Amino acid sequence: MKFPALKTYTVAYLLFLYAPILLLPIFAFNDSKIIAFPLQGFTTGWFRMMWADDALFKALRNSLIVGISTSIMATTLGIFAARASTRYAFPGKAAGLGLIMLPMVLPEMIMSMSMLVVFLAIGIPLNLFTIILGHVLVCTPFAVAILTSAFQSLDKSLEEAAQDLGEGPFSTFWRVILPLVMPGIISSALITFTISLDEFIIAFFLGGTETTLSVYIFGQFRFPARVPSIMALGTILVCLSIALLTTAEYFRRRGIARTGAKDTGGFL
Amino acid sequence: MTNPNRTRLWRSEGASGLTLISPPLIYAVLMLAAPLATMAVYSVFTDGYLTIEPILTAQNYIDTWTDVLYRSVMLRSLLVSVFVTAATVILAYPVAYFVSFNVDPSKKSMWLFLITIPFWTSYLIRVFMWKVILGYNGVINSGLKALHIIDQPLGWLNYNVGAMVLTLAHAYAPFAILPIYVALEKIDRSLMEAGQDLGETRWTTFLRVTLPLSMPGVIAAVLIVFIPTIGDYVTPNLIGGGKIPMIANAIEKLMLKADNKPLGSAIAISAMLIVGLVSVLFLFLNRRFMRGQR
Repeated sequence: MKFPALKTYTVAYLLFLYAPILLLPIFAFNDSKIIAFPLQGFTTGWFRMMWADDALFKALRNSLIVGISTSIMATTLGIFAARASTRYAFPGKAAGLGLIMLPMVLPEMIMSMSMLVVFLAIGIPLNLFTIILGHVLVCTPFAVAILTSAFQSLDKSLEEAAQDLGEGPFSTFWRVILPLVMPGIISSALITFTISLDEFIIAFFLGGTETTLSVYIFGQFRFPARVPSIMALGTILVCLSIALLTTAEYFRRRGIARTGAKDTGGFL
Repeated sequence: MTNPNRTRLWRSEGASGLTLISPPLIYAVLMLAAPLATMAVYSVFTDGYLTIEPILTAQNYIDTWTDVLYRSVMLRSLLVSVFVTAATVILAYPVAYFVSFNVDPSKKSMWLFLITIPFWTSYLIRVFMWKVILGYNGVINSGLKALHIIDQPLGWLNYNVGAMVLTLAHAYAPFAILPIYVALEKIDRSLMEAGQDLGETRWTTFLRVTLPLSMPGVIAAVLIVFIPTIGDYVTPNLIGGGKIPMIANAIEKLMLKADNKPLGSAIAISAMLIVGLVSVLFLFLNRRFMRGQR
């Protein structure tokens, strides 16, 4: 059923979705302290101002530590959950998976506050480690979702063939299953890294005095003079996430092509 | 009669499954279930000076539900979330419909990718951009002034519930588009041809065939947008200028600045109950809907 006006509407909607991102580079290169029209001429000064701030690089380093650790841990936990959910039947499966997936829909404020209460009560000091603990909790459901679809498209007969040819269960997993789901694993690692990099609430409340990139950005909002350099930083971040996502999408499609399944669309 | 071989197989399969799922499950119990339980316990304790007294009380819940301040925050959060959910789902439906029905199958994943890209770029910066766009001397006002359409900046653009709804509807757009798209993809295309063969117009076919069949996706979209919106912290803080607090801002204030963890916990638990109740209601509606169709 075709409605011709729909295409116009969809393009307008996409413009609405992209408006903030498209305005970012315009004002990042605009030679004015105020984010407003008319434009005042071209400058790269805001990028230099952004680059000169040491606090940014410390925050970036922290974000990389948190993001890489989270990505590895969440993807590893995700492999366990996805393999269990696609291959085995066991008691309490729905409830267990439900609890693992729950952080996807729970407000982050409630999760971070409940964790904060426990950390304070036990006396765990707040630092990058506590941020990682929170981020792994939030990222694991996304890893499970991506990896479940990777494990689902596996042909069970490949596994049986490997076992018939004398491989044990562990070497079957290592030599047959793992290479087949590798694109899913890479895609999961990239997505969880991106989520961790972007996450703010948990990093803000569980980080103590440590700042990640998002906490740094939030702090900069208070200073009107820093706004143009935040536009510059935003421009760079947008380019980086698009590059990361395109890579993740490439691996996801290659994974689907490798297992011979039909492409059903995005990773959500 | 039970087959002993089969029981053993199932038992070993069950055991392997449990062993496999235990690492992520134990993690979720330690980092999610246990903290939430602690919060639930705190919510019925009494707040002391710098300590929490283990004296059972219902006062925190009474305050949460009767104090005008907290009640208005709760109501505002609910209202904003309802507006955001309605706006997001209604605006998203035609887009999902377009991608599912009007786009060539080989180009569908490209369109979905295009729709999801803005969602993966920094949430903080996107929210802040709306503040910059809608601000008193912001992009829209200065743009209109430069074009001589207005003389004075429009004051109603910023620092109000409407600006918050716009920002959140932008932030959660893909969450609404994707479930509706998935539901639309599942619809058997021949049903629509049948509708038209039986004399329905395009529009009535949509109303009487496509829309009802896509309801599960719409309900999923409603839930997926509603739940995170009600707990949003950044948008009330930046777009509302801190003057229009929602539940997350109230929880933060009580837990940290006011150091009244029992009351903060009671509000958090109450918010979770409201969200849970709304979810159950919608899932129930969904089930009734599905049954009615059979």
